[in-house]
Amino acid sequence: MEWLNAIVQGTLLGGLYALFAAGLSLIFGVMRLVNIAHGDLIVLAAYLGLTVTTATGMHPMAALVIVVPAMALIGYALQRGLLNQTLGDDILPPLLVTFGLSVIIQNGLLEVYTADPQTLNAGALETASVAVGGVSLGILPLLTFGIAIAVIWGLQWTFYHTALGRAFRAVSDNQDIAQLMGLNRRHIFGLAMALALGVTAIAGILLGIRTSFDPSIGGGRLIFGFEAVIIGGLGNLWGTLVGGVILGVAQTIGAKIDPGWQVLAGHIAFLVILAVRPNGLFPRVSG
Amino acid sequence: MPDPILQTRDLNSYYGDFQALYDVELDVGEGEVLAIIGANGAGKSTLMRSITGLLTNGRGQIHYRGQDISRLRADEVAELGLAMVPEGRQLFPSLSVKENLMIGAQVGRKGPWDLKAVYDLFPILEERKDQASTSLSGGQQQMVAIGRALMANPDLILFDEVSLGLAPIIIKDIYEALPGIIGEGMSAIIVEQDITKALSVSSRVFCLQEGRVSLESASDTVSREDISRAYFGIE
Repeated sequence: MEWLNAIVQGTLLGGLYALFAAGLSLIFGVMRLVNIAHGDLIVLAAYLGLTVTTATGMHPMAALVIVVPAMALIGYALQRGLLNQTLGDDILPPLLVTFGLSVIIQNGLLEVYTADPQTLNAGALETASVAVGGVSLGILPLLTFGIAIAVIWGLQWTFYHTALGRAFRAVSDNQDIAQLMGLNRRHIFGLAMALALGVTAIAGILLGIRTSFDPSIGGGRLIFGFEAVIIGGLGNLWGTLVGGVILGVAQTIGAKIDPGWQVLAGHIAFLVILAVRPNGLFPRVSG
Repeated sequence: MPDPILQTRDLNSYYGDFQALYDVELDVGEGEVLAIIGANGAGKSTLMRSITGLLTNGRGQIHYRGQDISRLRADEVAELGLAMVPEGRQLFPSLSVKENLMIGAQVGRKGPWDLKAVYDLFPILEERKDQASTSLSGGQQQMVAIGRALMANPDLILFDEVSLGLAPIIIKDIYEALPGIIGEGMSAIIVEQDITKALSVSSRVFCLQEGRVSLESASDTVSREDISRAYFGIE
C-alpha cells in the first residue's frame, strides 16, 4: 500500500511538472525557441501571485485572474521586443539571450523580494485531503492534476480546432509561406509566447502554494520541465503529461527508497528513457 | 495596354552580396496574363520573391496600383490582394487539405472564391479534405496550392513553376483549368519553363537571362528565334 501511495502521489506531482513543461513545449513547437528562462518565469509568476495576494488579500487561486493576463502581456512584449530579434537559422542566439534573461530575472527578484523563502497562503486548500481506498489524496495535488489535464486539453484544442492554432502550425511548418498567407510571424510568435506564459502563470501559482520558493529555484523547475518534454516526445502536448507523470512517479519512488534519492531518481529515469528512446515516448509523427 | 496593376522600376535584388536581378522593368496590365520564362538561375523565382515581399527591395522599385510596396512585409503585400502559388507547392505538412485552403483565406478579402468554389473547381479536394496534405499526389497537392492562393481572392496571382515535377497529363489538366481561374478580371504572372505552355495562356511574355530582361513581346507574335536568343543568349 505504501508503494501504491508513492505511485499515486507521484502521478499527481506529474501534473505540476506537465504544467512546467507545457509552456516550454508550446514555445519550442511553434518557433523552435529553447527558453532557458522558463523556470525563472515560473518563479516570477509565483512572486507576482505573492504581490497580488498580499496587496489585495485575494486567495492565490483567485489571483490567477490577474497573474495569468499579466504574464501573457509580459510574454507578448518579451517576444516582440526581444526574442523575435534572436530567431533565425542559428539556434544559439535565443539560447544565449534567454540564458541572460534568466540571470536578469533571478537578480531582479532577489533585489525586489530578497532571498527569503516565501509561500502563497492558500488556507485550508493546502492541507485538505480525501481518502480513497486507503490512500490519502491531497485536494491540492488532485486539483493541480485536474488543471494540468484541462490546460493540455485546452492547448490541444486551440492547436487543432481554431484559426489561431492553424496559424501556429502553419508558421511552425514554413515561415515564409505563412507570411505569404497574410500571417505576420512576429505577431503569431508573440501570441504563442503570451499563451505559453499564461500557462506558466498557472504553474507558478500552483508551485507557490505547494512549496516554498525563492529567486534561485527556477533552474530546477526548468530541468523538470525539459525532462518531461523530452520523455514525452518533442512537440507532443499529451506526451508532456505522460513525461511529467513518469518523472513524478520516479521521484516519489526514489524518495520512498531513500529520501535523498528523490531528485536523482527522476534524472535517472529521464536518462534511461533518453538512452532507450532518444526521440521520447511519443514523438510527433510528422517532422 | 490597360492601366498597370503592377510595375517594377529599376528592380535590383540581392541574396546577401550576390545580385540576382539587374534593373528589371516590367508592367502587368489590369486583367492581363503575363508569362515569364528563362533558364534555371535566370532570376525568375527571385523576381517572385521580390514582388511578394519575401525579399526586401529598395524604395520605389515595385508599385502595386500606384502604391509603393517595395518595403512592405509579405503579409502586408498579401492583404493588398497579391497571392502566390509557390514553386514546389510548399503546402503546410501539419495542416489538412481543408486547413491549407482555409489558411489562404486568412487575409480576409471578400470575393468569389471560398471553400465551395475551390471544391467545385477541384472536386477531388473535397473528397480528400480531411487528409494530411502530404498524403496527396503531386498533382492534387498543386490543386491545393492553387486553391490556397485563390482563397485569398487576389487581384493579382503569381504562379511559380506550377508544372515542375508533375506528369504531362496533370500539367495539361492544370493548364486547362487556368483560364477559368484567371477569368473574372484577375491578373496573373505565370513563371514557367515550358515555353509552349507559357505562351498559350499569356498575352505577353518576358524572358529573363542572368537577372536581366532579355525579351519583351506579345505572346502570339514572338518567334522561336527571338526566344532562343533571349533564353540562351546566343547572338
